[in-house]
Amino acid sequence: MSVVATIRIQQADFDVAQEIAALSKGRTDVGAVVSFSGICRGSEQDEPIAALTLEHYPGMAEAEIQRHAEEALARWPLQGLTVIHRFGRIVPGENIVLVVTASAHRQAAFEAAEFLMDYLKTSAPFWKREESARGTNWVEARDHDDAAAARWTKS
Amino acid sequence: MKVKYFAWVRERVGKAEETIEPPAEVRTVGDLIGWLSARSEAYAYAFEKPKVIRAAIDQAHVKPDAAIAGAREIAFFPPMTGG
Repeated sequence: MSVVATIRIQQADFDVAQEIAALSKGRTDVGAVVSFSGICRGSEQDEPIAALTLEHYPGMAEAEIQRHAEEALARWPLQGLTVIHRFGRIVPGENIVLVVTASAHRQAAFEAAEFLMDYLKTSAPFWKREESARGTNWVEARDHDDAAAARWTKS
Repeated sequence: MKVKYFAWVRERVGKAEETIEPPAEVRTVGDLIGWLSARSEAYAYAFEKPKVIRAAIDQAHVKPDAAIAGAREIAFFPPMTGG
């Protein structure tokens, strides 16, 4: 049976426990579930931030995540995969992104989740804008995120 | 073809999307950046550092040397900061 990834780009929040249960409940073939939640921090480099606003490219965001989800399914023996990415205004403490991977064993689940997060950061078309006391500014991309994604292309 | 702009590229250009008809000698994404930059100061400002600008054709990432012939939708945006 081929595994189909669940991918959602949405403004609304999500329930992490519910998404984990959706991949494992009632199954006896899943031995490991890994979930990564990306959460809005309340400060950036010691500067308090009021909120993040995430802009995205509708259509391409889904397509780009789908491409990487399919690559993850081809590279690791996964039994389930869910990626949820929010857009719009998000305040500190709220969820931004979720990756859940299910597999028979932990290594595949850990690695696939990390692979997907690294690619989400560098190739999924989302852009963060920070609101702080000094106004709003676009968050700059970080070189170490590119380096994190690049390591998956090495054999 | 339709062109879309996102994040600070959108803000600098002053619009989210438009339909353009570049001349035949504009063959690649890089050529298109040059052609757009010559339209006004707003475009020149948006594309002042062309190496920073990322592009997609029909919702897939492309390099500046990608041909634009046959493209339905081209998008320009800064490096991504999601996740």
